[in-house]
Amino acid sequence: MAKTVAATGNEAVANALRQVNPDVSAAYPITPATDIMQRFTGFVSNGKVKTEMILVESEHSAMSGCIGASAGGGRVMTSTSSQGLALMWEMLFIASGLRLPIVMSIVNRALSAPLNIHGDHSDAMGARDSGWIQLWSENAQEAYDNTIQAFRIGEHMDIRLPVMVCLDGFIISHSIERIDYLEDEEVRNFVGEFRQVNPLLDIEHPVSYGPLILPDYYMEFRKAQEEVESKVSKVVSDVSKDFEKISGRKYRLFETYMLDDAEVGLVVLNSAAGTSKDVIDEFRNRGIKAGLLKPRLYRPFPYRETGEALKHLKAICVLDRADAFGGSYGPVFIDISTSLYPYREKPILINKIYGLGGRDYLPEHAELVLNELVEIAKTEKVTTIKEYIGVRG
Amino acid sequence: MKLKNWRELTPGAVILEAGNAIEFKTGSWRSFRPIWKEEYCIQCLFCWLYCPDMAINVKDGKRAEFNYDYCKGCGICALECPGKKGNKAIVMIEEGE
Repeated sequence: MAKTVAATGNEAVANALRQVNPDVSAAYPITPATDIMQRFTGFVSNGKVKTEMILVESEHSAMSGCIGASAGGGRVMTSTSSQGLALMWEMLFIASGLRLPIVMSIVNRALSAPLNIHGDHSDAMGARDSGWIQLWSENAQEAYDNTIQAFRIGEHMDIRLPVMVCLDGFIISHSIERIDYLEDEEVRNFVGEFRQVNPLLDIEHPVSYGPLILPDYYMEFRKAQEEVESKVSKVVSDVSKDFEKISGRKYRLFETYMLDDAEVGLVVLNSAAGTSKDVIDEFRNRGIKAGLLKPRLYRPFPYRETGEALKHLKAICVLDRADAFGGSYGPVFIDISTSLYPYREKPILINKIYGLGGRDYLPEHAELVLNELVEIAKTEKVTTIKEYIGVRG
Repeated sequence: MKLKNWRELTPGAVILEAGNAIEFKTGSWRSFRPIWKEEYCIQCLFCWLYCPDMAINVKDGKRAEFNYDYCKGCGICALECPGKKGNKAIVMIEEGE
């Protein structure tokens, strides 16, 4: 029986972690993710979970602790934001290369400098090629649901990869929303028991983690990892179907909104998708065929499925809450372009950078962009491919 | 030895067998070679004890010749060797000399 509550995004994620009851967590506080681990350590102190909590001196150590615990044989999770994720950088690749299914909540926050604590996607975008699976969440409900599913996805025997669950800093992490919780037992049954394939602590069968792999084998290990990436989409779909059975909530690789017959469309991650959908409703009421695609599984990116879902549109704007400096366009734009590349007939694409450092994304921004798309669809003329919106000057 | 293809590898490069250093010959790394001079050897077996790899052969409890397949030329054996009457039983010479 589900329970409906009012909770913040962080509270919802912490509750999901309590219900999963992982074996080990190593964490270091950083705004706006602090709240998740603060609540979780409360659960540890009050005996609500059996988790071994390791309080470390930095995020680099937090991820190192998680790697050791996961290789040791435990189900492991942690949480971070921004500079914390940046400090974990080196260890992220070790977690994915060793194929350790650690789950980490990323409460998206802008990167310094200039120093800023508010929400944008530059932290997780910087780690998008680190070999971690990335699930993105529009609201507290999705953050809760994705966290629970992340364990099943990462721990799947065909996958065994670490998973990041992203939610927008402050906008979602600290705002109170209505949310449906599953029963503790439902979550426990859903995630099941975790068994590490070759646990380091099985002293009857001694193994070595992290050996030196020279040019005669390194490329074979990379190819094997790439092969695993290609299996993730199917596992995410299967786990989502199982999750729907216990929750009634439907998840796919991405969400489409009014997209099937759309002529103009937005592609946007996380919380801004909610605002965009409201504006799309207004455009639909005026008879304009607008739609939206919101990526959920962002890494590995489901290029084929995304391209297939977008190829019939006339004009698309990809909204990026991070810039990819030197890459010319925002990171999501680059992926969407790639997904449409194979088609001879394809939509005209533009890219808007919005909401950096927690700058509000307002309905009028979506309106402005959709009006521009309607014009582009009519004239087939683009003035600027990439542009910052909601910026002075 | 036939190299495995990418489908035959253990996930995450985990090594499943213990005591596998014997399969990895490190002798080619060596730029200095230890030479054993039996006449100065007091059979203390310090070299065997200190060797970080498995380059010191011992036969019937006695020091035997080096196994150069596993000697990286680190020189620890030569440093630790007490020798006899001021003469080291292990000396390092440059490879190629």
